[in-house]
Amino acid sequence: MISRLFSFRGGIKPDAHKNESAEQSIQRAPLPAALVVPLRQSTRATARCVVSVGDKVLKGQRIGEPEGGLSTAVHAPTSGTVTEVGLFPLAHPSGLDTRCVVIEPDGEDRWIELKPFDYHSASRQQALNQLRDCGIVGLGGATFPSHIKLGKGSGIDTLILNGAECEPWITCDDRLMRERAADILSGATILRELIGARELIIGVEDNKPQAIAAMREAAASREAGIRVVPVPSLYPAGGEKQLIRVLTGVEIPYGKLAGEFGIQCFNVGTAHAVYRALAHGEPLVSRVVTLTGNVERPGNYEVLIGTPITHLLSLCRPRPDTDRTLMGGPMMGFALPRLDVPVVKGTNCIISASPALFPPPPPEQPCIRCGECARACPAELQPFELYWFSRAKNFGKAQEYKLFDCIECGCCAYVCPAHIPLVDYYRFAKSEIWAREREKAAADQARDRFEFRNFRQEREKEEKAAKLAAKAAETRAKLADTSATPADAATPPAGETAEDPKKALIAAALARAKAQKAAAQPKNTEALSPETEAEIAEIEARRKRAQESANTSASPSERTPETGA
Amino acid sequence: MIHSPYIRKPASIQRVMFTVLLALTPGIAAYVWQIGAGILVNLLIATVTALVAEALILRLRKRPVAIAIGDLSAVVTAWLVALAFPPVVPWWLTVIAVSIAIIAVKHLYGGLGQNPFNPAMAAYCTMIVAYPSLMSQWPAAGGIDFSTQLNLILGGVRELDAITGATALDTLRTGLRADGTVGSVMQAGVFGLAGGRGWEWIAGGYLLGGLFLLATRTITWHLPVGFLAGLASTAALFWIFHPDQFASPLFHLASGGAMLAAFFIVTDPVSGATTPRGKLIFAAGVGLIAYLIRAFGAYPEGIAFAVLLMNICVPLIDMKTQPSVFGHRGNGK
Repeated sequence: MISRLFSFRGGIKPDAHKNESAEQSIQRAPLPAALVVPLRQSTRATARCVVSVGDKVLKGQRIGEPEGGLSTAVHAPTSGTVTEVGLFPLAHPSGLDTRCVVIEPDGEDRWIELKPFDYHSASRQQALNQLRDCGIVGLGGATFPSHIKLGKGSGIDTLILNGAECEPWITCDDRLMRERAADILSGATILRELIGARELIIGVEDNKPQAIAAMREAAASREAGIRVVPVPSLYPAGGEKQLIRVLTGVEIPYGKLAGEFGIQCFNVGTAHAVYRALAHGEPLVSRVVTLTGNVERPGNYEVLIGTPITHLLSLCRPRPDTDRTLMGGPMMGFALPRLDVPVVKGTNCIISASPALFPPPPPEQPCIRCGECARACPAELQPFELYWFSRAKNFGKAQEYKLFDCIECGCCAYVCPAHIPLVDYYRFAKSEIWAREREKAAADQARDRFEFRNFRQEREKEEKAAKLAAKAAETRAKLADTSATPADAATPPAGETAEDPKKALIAAALARAKAQKAAAQPKNTEALSPETEAEIAEIEARRKRAQESANTSASPSERTPETGA
Repeated sequence: MIHSPYIRKPASIQRVMFTVLLALTPGIAAYVWQIGAGILVNLLIATVTALVAEALILRLRKRPVAIAIGDLSAVVTAWLVALAFPPVVPWWLTVIAVSIAIIAVKHLYGGLGQNPFNPAMAAYCTMIVAYPSLMSQWPAAGGIDFSTQLNLILGGVRELDAITGATALDTLRTGLRADGTVGSVMQAGVFGLAGGRGWEWIAGGYLLGGLFLLATRTITWHLPVGFLAGLASTAALFWIFHPDQFASPLFHLASGGAMLAAFFIVTDPVSGATTPRGKLIFAAGVGLIAYLIRAFGAYPEGIAFAVLLMNICVPLIDMKTQPSVFGHRGNGK
């Protein structure tokens, strides 16, 4: 079956560097001395800890109970003893702490009794609950809970499996497709069933011929309607929007979800985890991580969640001139601020960086508006215009030029002949805009509260007056005819009946105003990816710190002009 | 801390500028072959002046000198000034022009990347207004030898009629004003196959260099095509109705600074439009205005003025021609 491929504009072709690790088959990483399992394994949600220090746990035993809609369960990655529950730094550029369970392995790696899940007879909701309870999240990096992404199970026509893996150096999905193609396809068909899709397309960059062959071979033995499609190797072909565009021709604009266009996209690793969870009842306790870069023994390892990066580095042995360690690919990954952080479900690659492999950028030069960035931008933005606006803190104009459509893929900075760290400028502008919107939201809320307080005080005053009047009338009536029968005592006080419609009117007006405000255009702080959420948290923390330090340092200097005056 | 991306394409402003200089060499070679080696002296004077001026102003602005000198952008400006000017202008005129281009037009507006006007063209306009006669003394092909050229450049006595003639555009203009027809005027010796005799080879050299710039993706096709189409189509419009009074589009493309402008002047990214549609509008506007000045204005060659006029419009053009963004075109749903 031949069907037309589309293309997206822009994109770059950096050196793929896949050969370093692509031929290394997936090996089990040996058990570390201790596993640090973050309870925050899915986006925006932390699981509730259900174990305490000293507890013996088995592999796959639940240690975190999902709490809230976006949360998923967290499991012990191996059997052992809980030695600590507390805050530990997270693998994030900020190095912020998160609640973690520390498990000392007993070396037996003994599974809890797994209950196979009969997904053929289970209802849809039961299957989704099973995914949540098995801790299945997107393994492409976003760690979005899969049971949420599967949505309501209707209106989706096409399921796309993302095996593009367009970032240089990373080979974990490549290996997974080569070695476990059948499991991935089983997971994909389950996903297709759950989502009610008709079509199943597996997109793989054409620089992975063996993965394509393996997937095709696995697909050949199944029913029709599964297509394995090689897509041109052009970074960022693995970006969700770009892959959807290439495979279907549909463009998903900023702020919209693919589901609204009848398409849903899952990473191949996620499909694999879904299969393990639904066919074997196996929770997600490990993932494949590529260890590569300036190392003696690059490879692909099946790594338990919670394994410290330092432990992985002892496996691949970074060379002496290694100066940084990157998590993720070189285009969108980040340099780890510290190495004692654990592997999480979104960790796909650890790269040891040396100045030779990743030379420091040459000094920044002025932008000459050559337009190279615009030609490379897959979002078809004018990056240099955004740069000028961000630099000038002209955020309104930056938004007008669609700053928030930027996916921060880094193509613009990659091609820039002036070596301008363009993405940094966009991150700066975005975080400033978020901060302002938050401030504005806070101010709006304060104003609403204030207005309501005034309204409430006014109402209370009126009520009090009405009550007093009623009471006075009652007393007067009592005094007036102590002998007569109190005929009007049964009727309610006049004030209250007059008040009720008024109250209702005010309440209705308030509700209308609130609805209007809610219906106003969506804010940039909505529809954010999990990383962005984490980033915002980090930025806010940094901003607070900076403000505090500024306040303390500013106070003495503030006094000086006063004494002068 | 350095953030992603951690890898970068081996590209630099220096490399871009060097490619432009390289692309100018076929034109310069043709220049030396047809007109004489005097142009090389001018190029040298311009280059030295540009580097000195750049270093001086950077020092005054307290900016790092070495990196800005090394980016070669000043050298490109210098070469364009030298190539746009008559090859026998006295040395001090080149020095003043390049200094104006670098110090006033480039750095007083904020330096590389900030100037709203094309430095070489602004310098050309200043000089043609200030020294109209010196700026219109163009030697004919094979007219004067190198030693005479050198003598003129170094400030020798200028026996105008003996050593310099008028350009093809100039001759055409004067001839037509004197009630000649295109046919009769173009019998004169200054005309060659398509443009000015000898000069058309230089134009060919620029064209060759321009194709090289296109092949290396240093420039996009929009600007040269827009300019040449704007110039040729306007010329064609007049020529079709009055072939006696107006020269052919081919003549306009091959003469004056058309080819230099198409590939090296309107393609200045800093002062030109940047969006694909904007580039077409900007360049076509330059072509149109350049033709109008050539045919009806007070100067035989109008490209420099046309470029400056269109430079003014760039912010508006860019603003009004922003391309649609991914996902905002309304696909299907």
